[in-house]
Amino acid sequence: MDFFYAIIPPKVLSQIFVGLSRTTILFIVSSGLSLILGVLRIPNVAHGSLYMIGAFMAYSLSVLFGGGDLGFWMALIGAPLGVAIISLVAERGVFRYLYEREHLMLLLLTFAFSLVFGDLVKIVWGTEYKSVPVPQMFHGFVYLFGGLPFPLYNLFLLIVGPIVAVALWLFVNKTKIGKIGRAAAVDREMVGAVGINVSWVFAIVFVIGCLLAGLGGVLVAPTVSVTLGMDHTLIMEAFLIVIMGGLGNIWGALLGALIFGLSQSLGILIWSQFGIIFPYAAVIVVLLFRPTGLLKSTW
Amino acid sequence: MVQSRMRGKAQLYVYAGIVVLFVLPLILPRFYIYLTSIILLTGLLATSLNLVLGYGGIFQFHHAVFYGVGAYATALMLTKSGLSPWLSFIVGPLVSGFLSFIMGLICIRLSKLYFGMLQISLGSLVWIIVYRWYSFTGGDDGIHGVPLPDIISSPNSAYYFTLIVTAACLFVTYKMIRSPFGSALQGIRDNPVRSEMIGINVKRHQLLALIIAGFFAGVAGSLFIVVDNTVFPDMLFWTLSLEVLIMCLLGGWFTFLGPMLGAAIIIMLRTFVSTYTTYWALVLGVLMMFVIFFLPNGVLGYIEEKIKKDFIEPVIKE
Repeated sequence: MDFFYAIIPPKVLSQIFVGLSRTTILFIVSSGLSLILGVLRIPNVAHGSLYMIGAFMAYSLSVLFGGGDLGFWMALIGAPLGVAIISLVAERGVFRYLYEREHLMLLLLTFAFSLVFGDLVKIVWGTEYKSVPVPQMFHGFVYLFGGLPFPLYNLFLLIVGPIVAVALWLFVNKTKIGKIGRAAAVDREMVGAVGINVSWVFAIVFVIGCLLAGLGGVLVAPTVSVTLGMDHTLIMEAFLIVIMGGLGNIWGALLGALIFGLSQSLGILIWSQFGIIFPYAAVIVVLLFRPTGLLKSTW
Repeated sequence: MVQSRMRGKAQLYVYAGIVVLFVLPLILPRFYIYLTSIILLTGLLATSLNLVLGYGGIFQFHHAVFYGVGAYATALMLTKSGLSPWLSFIVGPLVSGFLSFIMGLICIRLSKLYFGMLQISLGSLVWIIVYRWYSFTGGDDGIHGVPLPDIISSPNSAYYFTLIVTAACLFVTYKMIRSPFGSALQGIRDNPVRSEMIGINVKRHQLLALIIAGFFAGVAGSLFIVVDNTVFPDMLFWTLSLEVLIMCLLGGWFTFLGPMLGAAIIIMLRTFVSTYTTYWALVLGVLMMFVIFFLPNGVLGYIEEKIKKDFIEPVIKE
């Protein structure tokens, strides 16, 4: 083991694991964003707000069910569903009339939504910091590589991440709706012409993307303090990850999230004051050499 | 003929507006003078964005960076260097223009959404540096109480300074849009491939437009120092960029004075709404949705359409 630590110092290793748990959150949120961007071509700025709403709902549900383990599991199921309902209303009520508009218009429309959501959260939950307890069964640490403490909850995140990735891949590639969605991303009119109700397929894809934002919000809630404005930095990061990975490509989102999360956590080790620069610099380097993202984009 | 008649009338309104703006300090209380100054400089910022966005068709998502950097450069020159204060009002915009040149060089190869996102990434980088570099920029506190030359330190003189500079910048921008350069830029917006075919150097035109827009955004930033005496990192944050985008959309993309009108509407509305409720963002969001639904060309674009109809009808009757 000493030999191993000689190659990778424990400090670096623990930082890598911190980065990986961050990657999981980033991946879950940005894969949803990527799905929406790839299929519906909406640059959804409100995605970050849905993530924030997910986190706040997790708080409310966990309080409702007594703050213990049950509360956490209920939040894990209930909050993404709540976010899905909100997004379904938004999609059916507003977005579906505007699919044909330019990207810029859609961007501003979703920004308008994020403003509205931000204030609604302020009305419903107030401006104080909220915290969601880590469930009892995830208290404590595991010891990796003979003595490197790693919080159990972060390990749980590391397991959830790949599950979501595989589930999403199955949805997009193996289910009928996923296939129609991919086809509609390429040629919407043609798909409509063969008698498929594209509108509802889009709605389902949109809701699933938003559900992932809510899921990300629930999962991040026990590790951070839930506050207003947590959407601002995240949505920016998620957009950059999606662009870096290739629009609409789920594996691209995974790759982008890995680069972003790891460069963030390792960057802090190198230069603590400006460590936060590294992920942004990584995005710039990637886009300079691969102007349309690392993996193939869907459009 | 309709065009020229319309333009004649519009010119008349603009001159009348300038005269009204010049006598405003005699009538209005101090707070409204401050507000009008803010509207003017924000309008300049929005107009500079519209030069690349509406006329150039470039997805300039992070325009606030140049505004903030101009303001910071001016403020730092004023507080930390012993040079002539007037020099800093020139250096600020020049720094913005230079930054715009560097970012433009990096981003210009990409198109549309990718351009915008890379620019946001670069802009966020600048924002982080400003935000974290406590010893130089003051971090999240910003810089307060920037010393100004005596002539422009009172609210009224700051207002006149802002008004004159803004009017001059808008005049230059207007002339630029009417120039062959402006026509080429609009041609590139409508069809980049065809423009390239007839011998326009697309990238160079776009880069030049970006530099000019960045420069004028820097001017707006310097004016903010004059009016408000402070600078803070939120001036470079991306939410402000989107707010400026909203101003352009609300006023009208394809009209020259649209962004100025949008800025005026949004700032006045914010001041008005904030006295009643803290939920300004909610009001703005709902307003935006209505604008996107019913006025996709913005307020001024809508008015222009109406007026065009009014002008055309009598001609037919004759």
